[in-house]
Parts: sequence; C-alpha cells; structure tokens
Amino acid sequence: MNSKKEEARAYEAYVKEFTPKPRYFRNGFRAFLTGGLLCCAAAWFKGFLLKGGFDEKTAGMLTTIALILLAQVLTGLGWFDTIAKFAGAGCIVPITGFANSVVAPAIEYKKEGPVLGVGAKLFSLAGPVLVCGLAVSVVAGLIHWFRV
Amino acid sequence: MELLDYAKTFLTGGGICLIGQILMDTTRLTAPRVLVIFVTAGGILTALGMYQPLVDWAGTGATVPLPGFGYSLVKGAQEAVLEKGLLGALTGGMSATAAGVTTAIVFGYLVALLSDPKSKR
Repeated sequence: MNSKKEEARAYEAYVKEFTPKPRYFRNGFRAFLTGGLLCCAAAWFKGFLLKGGFDEKTAGMLTTIALILLAQVLTGLGWFDTIAKFAGAGCIVPITGFANSVVAPAIEYKKEGPVLGVGAKLFSLAGPVLVCGLAVSVVAGLIHWFRV
Repeated sequence: MELLDYAKTFLTGGGICLIGQILMDTTRLTAPRVLVIFVTAGGILTALGMYQPLVDWAGTGATVPLPGFGYSLVKGAQEAVLEKGLLGALTGGMSATAAGVTTAIVFGYLVALLSDPKSKR
C-alpha cells in the first residue's frame, strides 16, 4: 500500500518533468482581456435594450439569453473551442462557458441517441453547476427566512 | 453609459476571469470544477452581502461571469422568501434564473441535435 503511494508520487514527479509549464502571464493577460471585453459587450447590449424601453430586470435577462445563444451557436459550429484556445478562462468563466458546457458534451454523445445520449449529456457538466448553485440558494433562502 | 462605467465593467469582468485562469493554471482544477467553484462562491458572497456592492459598482462586469449566476440564484431566493415566506427559499433561485437556464437547456438541446462532433482546430 505504502510503496504504491510512493510509486505514484515518483511517477507524478516524472510526469511533471515533461509537462509544459503554462505561460501564466500570457494566459492571464488573454483571459483578463477577453473576459473584460465580453462583459463590456454585454454592458453595451444591455444599455441598448434599456434605451429601447426594457426595464432593468428584463434587459439583464435578455442580455444573458443573448450571450447563451451566441455561445451555443458557436459551440455547434465548432468555433467555441478555437476561441477558448486563445481566451482560456476569458470565455469559460462568463456565462458563455456555462452555455458551452451544456452543449459540448451533448454533441459528443450524439451517437447514443436523442434521449439518453444528447438529453442526458446536456447535464453532465451543467448538472453539478446547477446542483451546487441551487443548493446554495436554498440554504441562503432559509437563512434569510430565519433572519427576517 | 459613460466611459468610466465601461472601465469598471472591464476591470471587474476581466479580473474575475483572470482569477479563473490563475486557478486553472496553477492548480489541477479543470474547467467544470472552476465553474462550480465560481457559482458557489458567488452565491455565498451574495448571502454574506458582499457581492451586491460589486454588482452595483460594475454592472454586467459582475453579473455576466459565473459568480453572477450564483448571485442571481441567491438574490432570487432571498427576495422570494420576503414575498412568499419559507416556500420562497425553494422556488426563488430557480424562478430568478429560469430564463437563462431554460434557454441554455432547450436551445442547447436543439443545437446539439443539429450539429455534429468536430475535432479541435
């Protein structure tokens, strides 16, 4: 048992020798730039909707929906991965990354059928996000109820 | 919207993404885990009352990144509790984010049915 652990550790060190180090500065800069620009584009779009007479809440929702639609179409066309290669977290951390995580595995498992393939895999990555998010919201709601 | 507002949005949105990139580069966290961490963190920060000021300051810079999704969930639950009482804790999060989540699921299903797997370029 112990020697196996040591072996695993030695192997890990061995692998580390050959793993290319991520270029922290370059990746960070790209993520900052694309993430910032994406949020600014969203701000512009929301401002445009607000001027068009939508109220704050509706404009925010429509902006989110637009970003999701855009990200999913790009994923369907196969362009999202190309963009993500440059942007990294810049397009994964915004809501576009969530939209991508819904579609991407579903496309991969298309061969397994429209119900248990696509239908189930829609949630293979998005499921955990929804589960954790909803769990936090329920707990926060309960705490709020006790406090008011 | 003024230029200063755009600068705030850019700084906040870019900053959150930068944190995500650093997490992915320096730890072994994969993208889906980072998504979960960000949504959860956004929810917890909102519950502690620390995320609302950021949203007021940066607008979409704070709501478009995934902590903003956690923010909407928790804010929805809190508002629903005030309106409907205890049941609101169960309904609020889902109803506040229903538009986005339903779009992602239904439109995502459609896109997945219409497109074929592609190799990375």
